[in-house]
Amino acid sequence: MAGLRLDGIGHRLLAPVDLTLAAGELVFLSGASGAGKSLLLRAIADLDPNTGEVWLNGEARSRMTPPDWRRRVGLLPAESCWWAESVGEHLPRARTAAATTPLVLDWLARLGFAPDVLSWSISRLSTGERQRLALVRLLAQEPEALLLDEATANLDPASRDRAEILIETYRQHAQAAVLWVSHDPEQRSRLSRGLDQRPGGRAFVIQDGHLEPES
Amino acid sequence: MTLIHLGPWDLALASILVLLLAAMSWRLRLGIERRVLIAAARSTVQLMLVGLVLKVLFAQTSLPLIALMALVMLSAAGLEVMQRQKRRYRGPWGYGIGAFSMFLSSFTVTLLALTVIIGVDPWYQPQYLIPLLGMLLGNTMSGVAIALDSLTRQAWESRGRIEARLLAGGTWEEAIADIRREALRAGLIPIVNAMGTAGLVSLPGMMTGQILAGSPPLEAAKYQLLIMFLIASGTGLGSVAAVWIGSRRLFDERQRLRLDRLV
Repeated sequence: MAGLRLDGIGHRLLAPVDLTLAAGELVFLSGASGAGKSLLLRAIADLDPNTGEVWLNGEARSRMTPPDWRRRVGLLPAESCWWAESVGEHLPRARTAAATTPLVLDWLARLGFAPDVLSWSISRLSTGERQRLALVRLLAQEPEALLLDEATANLDPASRDRAEILIETYRQHAQAAVLWVSHDPEQRSRLSRGLDQRPGGRAFVIQDGHLEPES
Repeated sequence: MTLIHLGPWDLALASILVLLLAAMSWRLRLGIERRVLIAAARSTVQLMLVGLVLKVLFAQTSLPLIALMALVMLSAAGLEVMQRQKRRYRGPWGYGIGAFSMFLSSFTVTLLALTVIIGVDPWYQPQYLIPLLGMLLGNTMSGVAIALDSLTRQAWESRGRIEARLLAGGTWEEAIADIRREALRAGLIPIVNAMGTAGLVSLPGMMTGQILAGSPPLEAAKYQLLIMFLIASGTGLGSVAAVWIGSRRLFDERQRLRLDRLV
């Protein structure tokens, strides 16, 4: 079955969760600060010890190597971290603008960056720039499902809109299931309509250590 | 040239200098007079005891006794490495990683030196084995302690960066590679510096001792060179082992960064 299926995924703050996201489906997740939303995303990405199993397009997580799994189920943390000097060094097979795929350059342009951003030093970037570039970095690894942790929290309205449109385009293009932690009710109503005006977008909330459908 | 024996009176004279230092610390309110005196007393007792133990060991050349001595030295070094860690590994690993890497490096290098290079017969003759092992352990200890401390400290501080690399589909080895390299460098720099300045700035302790004890300077220099090469390779080997085992231990079988394994 295509999509992302959580089968009894739990961590120390959360009772085991069963949840199925169809391919290309967008599901929102909310909950009070400290409820364990980020921890759930980390558990799915297998970044923390956790119980249960996750299936991606019918393949079990435990049958995949961890690097493979994390590349295919892409997690965007709330705070982006960078390990090398320049932006380009973080992108797979793309140190310079010339070696970058047109797709990545297109994504950069959609977020308002010129191609020469790849040679920029990380220390020069603002928080918002880092967050937007982290999104491009994530998409460049061609994930088949996306786990977004407050993906647009630090962005100004214009940048936020651009990032939302990029994520929506990717979701529909790649038929990627998206689990999105967001506190912003407007963002959720904006996105749950979808670009194709299709209604949808289930929403869940983590309350007292349980995942419940949002009323 | 013959060895001039030191009498109790000579040592007492030298110890007055330490007392003067303590008095100065008290007068200037440096607050370290207690520590100076305790350290001086400790070294007196420890060195005298070791002298006595070695006297017995040298007289017997018994392999079990020598092995016991080597074990005591290793366990003391292991404790010292553990105590120099700001973030040490939980459980037996905290002691085990350092002690095992030092065992691996110091013992093999000492053995190699005794059998192949110096050619002592029998190879465990304590007059050669104990000082060589002591030199190697002492230096490997510093290297291993610095390398491990740098590894765990950096891993602790760079959690976000390490996890970002894991999330980008990197293996645990790619994620920790920079930190590993940095830790190894930190562990090796002291011995590299010591080799670089040996003889120019100071005569190394062992060479000084040999010269004072009446050896021809060139012989002393040759032994010092041998020791330095052994120390450098031993420190390198020990640091590599410690950093490798240590960094492996920071990740679990699903290649998750497990900082909860540090205290």
